[in-house]
Parts: sequence; structure tokens; C-alpha cells
Amino acid sequence: MAIVAKSSKFGKYGRPTLAWIVGLLFFFPIFWMVLTSFKTDADAVKPEHLIWFTPTLENYLNMTENYDYWRFAKNSVITAVMATLFTLFVGIPAAYAMAFNPSRATKDVLMWMLSTKMLPAAAVLYPMTFLTKSVGLFDTKFLIVMVLSLINLPIVIWMLFTYFKEIPKDIIEAGKMDGVNTWGEIKEILIPLAWGGIASTALLCFIFCWNEAYWTVRLTTTDAATLSKLIEGNRAPEGLFFGRLSAVSAAAVGPIVVLGWFCQKQLVQGLTFGAVK
Amino acid sequence: MFVKNALRAATALTLVTAGSASAESLTIAIVNNGHMINMQKVAEAYTAETGIDLNWVSLEEGVLREQVTSDTATGGGQYDIINIGMQEAPIWGAAGWIEPLNFSDAYDVEDLLPAMRAGLSHEGTLYAAPFYGESSMVMYRKDLADAAGVTIRDNDSWWNVKEAAAAMHDPDNGVYGACLRGKPGWGDNAAFITTIANSFGARWFDEEMRPDLDSVAWNAAINFYVDLLGNYGPPGSEGNSFNEILALYNEDKCGLWIDATIAASFLENPNVAYAQSPNAGNPVGANWLWAWAFAIPAGSPNADEAQKFIEWATSKDYVKAVGNHPEFGWGSVPTGQRASTYDIPEFKAVAKFADAEMAAIDSAAPGATDLKPYVGVQFVAIPEFPQIGVIMGQEMAAALTGAKTVEEALAASQEAADSIMREAGYYE
Repeated sequence: MAIVAKSSKFGKYGRPTLAWIVGLLFFFPIFWMVLTSFKTDADAVKPEHLIWFTPTLENYLNMTENYDYWRFAKNSVITAVMATLFTLFVGIPAAYAMAFNPSRATKDVLMWMLSTKMLPAAAVLYPMTFLTKSVGLFDTKFLIVMVLSLINLPIVIWMLFTYFKEIPKDIIEAGKMDGVNTWGEIKEILIPLAWGGIASTALLCFIFCWNEAYWTVRLTTTDAATLSKLIEGNRAPEGLFFGRLSAVSAAAVGPIVVLGWFCQKQLVQGLTFGAVK
Repeated sequence: MFVKNALRAATALTLVTAGSASAESLTIAIVNNGHMINMQKVAEAYTAETGIDLNWVSLEEGVLREQVTSDTATGGGQYDIINIGMQEAPIWGAAGWIEPLNFSDAYDVEDLLPAMRAGLSHEGTLYAAPFYGESSMVMYRKDLADAAGVTIRDNDSWWNVKEAAAAMHDPDNGVYGACLRGKPGWGDNAAFITTIANSFGARWFDEEMRPDLDSVAWNAAINFYVDLLGNYGPPGSEGNSFNEILALYNEDKCGLWIDATIAASFLENPNVAYAQSPNAGNPVGANWLWAWAFAIPAGSPNADEAQKFIEWATSKDYVKAVGNHPEFGWGSVPTGQRASTYDIPEFKAVAKFADAEMAAIDSAAPGATDLKPYVGVQFVAIPEFPQIGVIMGQEMAAALTGAKTVEEALAASQEAADSIMREAGYYE
């Protein structure tokens, strides 16, 4: 009895406290970055202004006036949205085929797709640079959309495959009996049934696309440069410009943090779906 | 139907994502530092005057090198003007990756500091124009030195500098005698360590370009460095480079700091004093030479316009434009570039470090000498050096933390350098 009482007390107070501590630990860097973004570069490195300082919008004004923040933000939105749509466009039929018409090779194909994520990106940097320049695609949004799509396709297919496997095959079979073709099965039966899973997959894909920094920094110059490139360009080897770097970083992660806040239920569902089965 | 829809989608995707290009613009890849940030503002006047739009692509130093190298090596095209350093300029000039620069008489090439011209040229041809340059010097707390009863003179001996550091060292009160670079990297600890090694009479390579890191001089230099920084440096020095030490210095935690002359313009404590870099009784002092410079990739379709912009951006008039700019002023003008800057009274009035900086740059000799058969002071102007420097920097950090002995770290560096140079075909 004593053990049960102890356990329930921990469940009531201990677990939430632990969760809050872990949550605050994870949130602290974001909080610190936002706090620093309202300090001048000089105040940002002074211990006496660690908490108490005169807030300023100087860094945000500087970012929009001098760094063309909105151009980078527009590119981030366009490339992340288009890449997410394209990834779903390819990923849904692929996951459908593997979930409802599996062959002996399905498992191997899934593993192979996942294995492409294990290749270090740096290994193909130079071939990618040469190839994209030679065909005139370097620094185009089209290229970034394609790259982001291909990077995220394995994860998206895996996630969708997991969701689709949960749908009883009989429902799809019933559709077939009613004379629905393959496209109809996906559009009329599968998508409405798996809408929650598709939405959380799309959300995660969008976040991954938004945050991608290796390729978006290296395959762009100006026309297709995203917010990752803006942050990268504000790192200085000689000089402590932490105020302005924090402002740029906060403005870059801000939209995705807000999106994540509103969609946290779907995100958690998407991230834990396979694990809780 | 499906194919039709797919084609429609692809067309729409292309149209939505297509960018636009302008023939009347220059794309400039720059490293992010204070001078470059200021230039973007000052250059608004250039755009107003010429109608040329300037697209600035600001990048972190490592990414800039990576991207500019891949762009230049593949025939260019992405950038019209690139920021390169003194390590790249002679190598890329020799390889034909960047255009030689030819300026008008009004530009006054002779006014560029001789050391800068030498470091940015290959076989007498200037391939990059310095935007700002730097050497290294001792910056120390005069109040702490006076209180401890020690003095640091120009070109003092390393042993006197160590004594001064020991005298100012007061860790109980959060003051560390010597703040020096310890973070691994060819532009971080390896750069600083090379200057110490130079002053101890060491060299990276012999006349046949075989690594010389197992010499007695290297051993003495590294033992001295580990002793000085290990005993009188702040804890965690193996993670400190320019920015970390700058923050420590401005928190009044450093007795002395030996680093880039540009640091002087960021120091806040009014009790700062300057001295020329120390030596160890050899003709070569422990100061370095570096410049960030503008160059034109060989593939740039706008080479003429690019040359005009570089001429403006590195001119005497640009220095005056920054000095007279309402947002910046004379304390923000690019230094280490032109001799005439150091004659401007308004600049000298605000830049107390000007004379020390000029003297440090003047005394740095990047050319090959009898002592070292290669170009470069704190680096070697060969393509293999960054790789060798990174490995050596990691080994030196291991020696600093005590994970390896100095002898083990130097032996490992020697072995790695030998392997890289042999593979590169310098010798069999």
C-alpha cells in the first residue's frame, strides 16, 4: 500500500515537476537568445547586464533595414512549403503502394531509403556544386525545393507507411470492389482516413525543411538564400556581435516555434506514433 | 491525365520558384566583420552614384572559404567580387583563379602598406586589394602591470613577458596573467603558435618542403607556450580564440593578451597599453600579418565593373567616407591597409593604437627568407596548409590540456604533415 501511495504522489507532483524542469532546460537557450536580441552588442557580453538592461529594438530594426530579412524569410517560406507539398505528392503514393501492396522487396526498399540518410552530406558537396552549376540550377529556388524534398522523402515515406499500415486493408479492398481506381483509393479513401497522420507528417517535414542549413547555405548565393544563410552570415570571427546575431536567429526560428506551439499535439503524435505501438 | 497534371505541377513549381537576375548588379561575397558591415552602409553612396546594385552575401569565415573555393575552382560565375585572405591570394593568383588587378594612377598603389602588397601578390603582380589588414601585438593592463611592478617593452623577450604574466596572475580575484589562443584551428591556435615558433627560430618546412616540426626550436617554442598558457592562462584556454578572449579581456579578466591588432579597437578598459610582439633573441619577432582583401574570380562576367568597385572600396576616399559618415566616424575606418590613413589627424586622435599597429604591420615579412623557404608568416601559402594546420592545432590543444606530451603532439603533427606533403607530391 505504501508503495502505491508513494508512486501516486510521484505521479501527481514529481512527474509534472520533472517535466517542467526538462522543458525549461530545453527552452532556456531560446529564452536566452530572445533576451539577448533586445540587448545592444555591447550589453550582450557584459556580466552586469546579464538580466537587467535597457531593452532596445535596434537589432531588429538593423536586421530589417540592412540585412533584407524579408527576402530571406520569403525564400524560406516558398522553399519549405513547396518542398513539403512535393514530398507529400511523391511520398503518399509511395507509402500507399508499400503499405497496401507489399512485395518481398518492400522491407529492403524501406531500409535502403533510410540508409540514404546515413551518407554524410559533405561527401557529395562538390559533385552537387559542379552539377548544379553546370546545368544552371545553382542558387535557384527550384533546386532548393528539390534538395529539401529528396532529403526528407525517406522520413516522410517511413512516417506515412507507419500510419497507412494502421488502416484496415479491407476498407481499401471494399473501395476496389466498388470500382474505384488507384487514384480514387488514395484521394477518396486513404487521405480522409489518414488525414491526421498526413498533417503531422507534413508539419514535421515543413520544420525539417525550414531548419535545413547545410545545403541551403552552400547551394545558394542571393536569389534562393533562406534564413539559414542569413544566420550563417551573421557569425563573426572577429567581433562580439551577439545582439544582432541573436535577433537574426530569433526572427528565423520565431515562425517555426509559433507554428510548433499551435500544432504541438499533432507534432507529438507524429513523433511518437511508431514508438507507442 | 496523370502525366498532364504532373507536367502542370512541375511548370507551376518552376514558375513560382524562378529567380530574377540583373545585369547591372555586382554580387559580393564577404566575411562578416565590423568593417564589412559598415561598408554595406557606406556603399549606398556608390550605388547612388553609379546605379550599380550591390548584392552582399555575408558568410561565416569557414563557409566563405568553402563556397568561394568551389565557385572559383569551377570557373566562377556566382560572385563578381570575393573576400579572400592572405593565405589564398598568392595561391589563387598563381593558379589563375583570380584576375590580376590594375588600378588607375589616382588609386596610388604605392600607398598600400608594403607588407600587404607583398602578401597579396604573386611574382610581383597584385591579385587582391586589402580592405583591412592586421598584425599582432601585446595588449596589456597597464594598471595591473604597474601594481605588480612589472613593465612590458616593445619586442620584449618572451621570458620577461612570462614574468609579467606571472606577476599579474591573480586567479583568486579572477585575473589571469596571459590570455592566448588555444582553440584548435589553422586560423586559431595554429596561427598564434606559429608566430611563437617563428620567434624561436622554428619553421614549418625546410628547403625541400619537408616538415620541420620535430626540430629543437619547435620543441622549445611549444614547451614555452604550454608553460605560459597552462600556468598563467584562464581555465579552459583550449576553447579560446579571438572572440572568447575579447570577452574575457573586456570583463577585466586578462593581464595581457597577444592577438590581432584589430582587437585594440574593441577594448573597453581605458588602462590598456600596447607593445610590439615579443621575441626569443632571433631576428624574427612573434607578430603575424593578415589582410582581408577583395579579388575578382577569373570567371566573373562583370570584371570591369568589379575592378571599379574594388578601386573605390579600397581607396583613400573610402577611408574618408567612413570617417565622415554620421553613423561611423574616424574610430571605425579600416586600418592596416594604407599608409596615408595613419597620417590623418582625426584618425590618430581617436585611434591610440595606430602607431603600434603600423609598426607591427611594417615589421612583418611575409616573403620567403633564408630562414623559411615559403611565403606567409603565421601560415604557409600552399593549398595543403589548412589541413596540416588543423591537425597541428588539435595536437597542440591536446598538449595544452595534458592529454599528450609536447613531444607526442609534435611527433604526431610531423607525421601527419609528412604524409600530406608526400601525398601532394612535394617529395617522394
